[in-house]
Amino acid sequence: MGRVGKQTIVFKNPPVISCAYSSVGPKEAAGPLSTYFDHSYEDELLGQDTWEKAESKLIENTIQGLLTRSGKNPTDIEFIFAGDLENQIVASTFGVSSFNIPYFGLYGACSTMGESLCLASMAIGGGMAQTVIAGTSSHYCAAEKQFRYPLEYAGQRTLTQQWTVTGSGYVLVTHGGKGPQVEAITPGKIVDLGISDTFNMGAAMAPAAIDTIVTHLEDTGRRPCDFDAIITGDLGNCGVDIAITLAHKLGYDLKGILNDCGKMIFDNEKQDTHSGGSGCGCSASVFTGYLYKQLLEGKLKRILLVPTGALMSPTSGFQGNTIPGIAHAVSIVMK
Amino acid sequence: MANMKQFKNEYQQIVDAHSPKNKVWANSMKAFLVGGIICTLGQGLVYLYMYWGLSFDESSMLSTITLILASMVCTAFNVYDNIGKFGGAGALIPITGFANSMVSSAMEYKKEGYIYGLGAKLFSIAGPVIVFGTIASVVVGIIYYFV
Repeated sequence: MGRVGKQTIVFKNPPVISCAYSSVGPKEAAGPLSTYFDHSYEDELLGQDTWEKAESKLIENTIQGLLTRSGKNPTDIEFIFAGDLENQIVASTFGVSSFNIPYFGLYGACSTMGESLCLASMAIGGGMAQTVIAGTSSHYCAAEKQFRYPLEYAGQRTLTQQWTVTGSGYVLVTHGGKGPQVEAITPGKIVDLGISDTFNMGAAMAPAAIDTIVTHLEDTGRRPCDFDAIITGDLGNCGVDIAITLAHKLGYDLKGILNDCGKMIFDNEKQDTHSGGSGCGCSASVFTGYLYKQLLEGKLKRILLVPTGALMSPTSGFQGNTIPGIAHAVSIVMK
Repeated sequence: MANMKQFKNEYQQIVDAHSPKNKVWANSMKAFLVGGIICTLGQGLVYLYMYWGLSFDESSMLSTITLILASMVCTAFNVYDNIGKFGGAGALIPITGFANSMVSSAMEYKKEGYIYGLGAKLFSIAGPVIVFGTIASVVVGIIYYFV
């Protein structure tokens, strides 16, 4: 493990993402990536009586799915790195608790898949552990209730607004083994260009995404074309356009290389999601469902996964604060 | 070195250039249509109750109550949010929108208990309407007194 450049870590013994598992809700399962998800639920409540309990159940089932697929027992797992969007990340707490695995609860808003993958890779790459789990989740109804309005409230959504994904994705990160390797990570800085419109999260996060991507490229001496794809978390349709414009101004052409999980997960025309998907579960389910399988099959050789987060709360918004953005880059290669 | 701060001044322009705008005219027409239908329905109910032999005051009161009930039922059966999605302010401003804001809050927060959930958060959206509606009526009342 070695530091490179300003804020990048390149692993001498790259950690391996040896297994992945994704679960999504009904709307995601009706989207363009439906066939790639490992499990989908028709009932957004998952048989529970509240949205919050449903998200915890989603997490529990996803982790169980990952353990079953990889043939591991909870006792084989040394640490779990997890987080979500709910206040005090209670969805993860209740979702993880029954496994009795030492737990790091994370909050990186929608960048949590990147944050958990970075920390899991550091734990493995630094020799602190052999087998860990990383992942995250989000639930549309729980997020709407907490960040916006009650579900049945007759408000109108703006065209820049995104649709929070009901989904979860968890990965098994191991020392050695078969699968895509994490060759480098670039943890991101908080970047805030003064956007305060909570209905345009893509605009709030795009500068952070480009800051992290450009820093990663400069630190590692790579060019955008060295990657088969650079995939941000949930910038959505207009966020991606803004990001490409910003990159262009910095002398990087990301057109055709930059894609976004929020853009991929829904069919905006048919599913009426406006600017695409968002939420921790967006990059988590698209990575563990779609991208991971593309890597395994060799259709993608090297990707830069850049989950993006908007670090605001309803309170900070009401008090007139701007929306700080963050993005963590994870360079994943299939050898 | 990426220095994003250099874009601070021009960033809002970049964002505006890439963000789709709401169709104000089309949305206004939809709001007019939906709001108009709800109000016409209310007026129709007033005539209906008067036709059934009630006084104008009684009919107005009953018309309001009927609209609130209709909105509550529509909200409970997941219909009113779709009317709001189409009609925007046309569905929110009439009394049916007010009823929707309370019933949707009640449905959402009931799981947190009848006191800290339903009781405390019933007015989370409707509360400001009542507060500023009351203040506005006082101001208008004072002006009316002197004019």
